[in-house]
Amino acid sequence: MSSTVISHDAAHHDSHGHHQESFLSKYIFSMDHKMIAKQFLITGIIMAVFAMVLSILFRIQLAWPDKEFPLLEVFLGKWAEGGRIKPDFFLSLVTIHGTIMVFFVLTAGLSGTFSNLLIPYQIGARDMASPLMNMLSYWSFLIACIVMVASFFIESGPASAGWTIYPPLSAVPTSISGSGLGQTLWLVSMTFFIVSQVMGGVNYISTILNMRTEGMDLWKMPLTIWALFLTAIVGLLSFPVLVSAVVLLIFDRSFGTSFYLSDLVVQGQILPNEGGSPILFQHLFWFLGHPEVYIVVMPALGLTSEVISTNSRKPIFGYHAMVYSLIGITVLSFIVWGHHMFVTGMNPFLGGVFMITTLIIAVPSAVKGFNYLATLWRGNIRFTPAMMFAIGLVSFFISGGLTGLFLGNATLDINLHDTYFVVAHFHLVMGSASIFGMLCGVYHWYPKMFGRMMNAKLGYLHFWLTFLGAYLVFFPMHFMGIDGVPRRYYAFTEFPFMEKWVSVNVLVTWAAIVAGLGQLAFIYNFFSSIWFGKKATQNPWNSNTLEWTTPVEHIHGNWPGEIPAVHRWPYDYSKPGAEQDFIPQTVPFSETMSSNMPHDFEGNEEAERIQEEWNAKNK
Amino acid sequence: MVGNTENTDLTRAKKAQKFNLWLGLIGMFMMFAALSSGYIVYTASGIDKGLKTTLPNTFILSTLAIVVSSITIQLAFNAAKKKDKPKQKLFLLITMVLGIVFFASQIHSWNVLSERGIFFVSNNASQSFLYIFTGMHLAHIIAGLIVLARAYFGVSSDIPAEKSYFRIELANIFWHFLDILWIYIYVFLLLNQ
Ligand code: HEM
Ligand SMILES: [Cu+2]
Repeated sequence: MSSTVISHDAAHHDSHGHHQESFLSKYIFSMDHKMIAKQFLITGIIMAVFAMVLSILFRIQLAWPDKEFPLLEVFLGKWAEGGRIKPDFFLSLVTIHGTIMVFFVLTAGLSGTFSNLLIPYQIGARDMASPLMNMLSYWSFLIACIVMVASFFIESGPASAGWTIYPPLSAVPTSISGSGLGQTLWLVSMTFFIVSQVMGGVNYISTILNMRTEGMDLWKMPLTIWALFLTAIVGLLSFPVLVSAVVLLIFDRSFGTSFYLSDLVVQGQILPNEGGSPILFQHLFWFLGHPEVYIVVMPALGLTSEVISTNSRKPIFGYHAMVYSLIGITVLSFIVWGHHMFVTGMNPFLGGVFMITTLIIAVPSAVKGFNYLATLWRGNIRFTPAMMFAIGLVSFFISGGLTGLFLGNATLDINLHDTYFVVAHFHLVMGSASIFGMLCGVYHWYPKMFGRMMNAKLGYLHFWLTFLGAYLVFFPMHFMGIDGVPRRYYAFTEFPFMEKWVSVNVLVTWAAIVAGLGQLAFIYNFFSSIWFGKKATQNPWNSNTLEWTTPVEHIHGNWPGEIPAVHRWPYDYSKPGAEQDFIPQTVPFSETMSSNMPHDFEGNEEAERIQEEWNAKNK
Repeated sequence: MVGNTENTDLTRAKKAQKFNLWLGLIGMFMMFAALSSGYIVYTASGIDKGLKTTLPNTFILSTLAIVVSSITIQLAFNAAKKKDKPKQKLFLLITMVLGIVFFASQIHSWNVLSERGIFFVSNNASQSFLYIFTGMHLAHIIAGLIVLARAYFGVSSDIPAEKSYFRIELANIFWHFLDILWIYIYVFLLLNQ
């Protein structure tokens, strides 16, 4: 290998010379992508636990609307006077749960962790294009988290207009207690969040396009990188739109403009705002909102592609089809937002257009589902905990995706919109699938992050509790939705037709509590393994990608010597004729004469000739 | 060898930073694209909507100022290529002055509008949009002026020539973008007045 790809020596480094690392510069103000990845992950986990506790709280209300739990009052004070959660606070719980899960855990926590960890590692770069921006991205994210959590400690309580913050509820500060300061803090927090996302995303795109090692052309990139790359593009194109929507909202809230407001009477007072249109907000919001759901799921799909291929000991089925379907999803995700608005009185023709685009986006999604199954088919499967979670993702992605087809039909959606059917749909296809993708990534790359292994037994326990829990929680919701039970309602006892569902709610809540407790297995496993886990070897899963060629001990710049060059795609598993069942990307074809295939040479005649000669000799 | 790799590393980092700027511009453009479509959707929602006025003539002055400033920043950049320091400083200064003229002229346009009874807080949000478009653009102009000032101090202080050249290069791209963005907004509003 004569390839010189930027040798790494103590003398260099763009903006900062080599220095003794203090605690602060190593753990807190780190610009190293590996440390920033861990910061994102641990912050994400903390936020996930927080949001999960919120969900258990509102599940308790839904299951036992008439019971009193004095313990709740101890913790929540006036929000649970007499041991019962107040209606306003119930809405806050739902709102912040959704916001944190969608944005903080599954967007920043997921993309932030794995883009930072894997992009430099898997494309063969020393670090991100701009380490400084990368650090700032984490810091804005952290501020966003702190502000969001802080909104629980103010007099009027956190925002309560739903994670989609539809006006007028979110735009009229006097409409509900959460729409006051709580909503303001929500907006502040989201502003920091968007800044973080844009800075991070710009960096990810730029790193992937500019910093790949020799030989790593686009079609040799692992699917993880493709997914993270396209996710960042979607984010870059859609988050600024949310900025615009939020700017207008802020002016409506605080300066008296009427972009979204019209004809309102709040608490007996006629509001001066006239002529605005709340539908305008929905258009702007969902122009971000729908791509956002793919921002959430695409990285998860990328991670699982890698894990499924590695642990099936088979090349991923249809690599090119996988990439093209990701690209298809990226493009299509911008022209389907209207399916969230079928009942806003939109022109039926327009509704028809959105219906068609929505059903078309199911095609690339289905391609991915089939390709996962085909990769698993007759594979030499290793059921590691990561693999279990990856298969779990496939299961959720299919069962949740199918209900998307129902919702995508405007005629059906008119009945199903804003019912528990939608809640079931997106918690399976987005919530569960992405969480499973993220956990799959954590189990798989834990040795890379911390140099130690997680405990597999606890991993299986965690998997089964979460997997069964998730289905028990979300599957019954389909039936509630078909019966017309609306989402976000405080107490099912107030409506005779909903009362029969209270018993189902009890089951769901118990399932949620058990699954929630199951996460303790993960938390314990995660944190204790940092110090006490079994020491990891360099390539514990016998994987092909570049990150496993770096030493277990983290070093600044990732590779001690030159960055290795890449010679082949990342999925040469169980290649006929090869000595081992995996061939890392760094192995040149000249070392694997017995397993080379004609198409490996991409039309390089010289190489083909040499191979033929070899074949003739070794017949 | 070492010097060499350091160089490639540096050019690579610069290339990446320039690329970052382009990506940032795409993001900013999306923000204005969203506002435009919001405007269109809103204005189409009723015949009583729409600007209901002609754009103030001061916009023409603003446009002139910013178009000329685009030329002068280019001249400053050309001077930087030729390592002509005094000229760089001169043209950067002119650009900044023109930027401030643009700023002032836009603020003046707001006065003209409010004298006509067109206010930001209005029941016809099409008119509020007018302020949003220009205001958001002005926010970017402020950022642009800071970038220009940084480039100017880069030339006058004794930071390495390469670094200051790079600053002007980025400032040049950004300022042209602001110019084109304004023209986009202006044409968009003209078509909708
Ligand atoms: C198979 C393709 C899919 C189709 C056809 C589809 C269709 C739909 C439709 C029509 C709705 C609106 C329902 C309503 O509010 O009445 C919806 C809601 C939603 N979908 Fe999907 N979907 C698909 C896949 C996905 C994926 C992959 C994700 C995320 C990863 C996702 C996340 C969501 C979310 C979060 C909502 C609800 C948002 C809310 O109202 O709070 N969907 N989907
Ligand atoms: Cu959608």
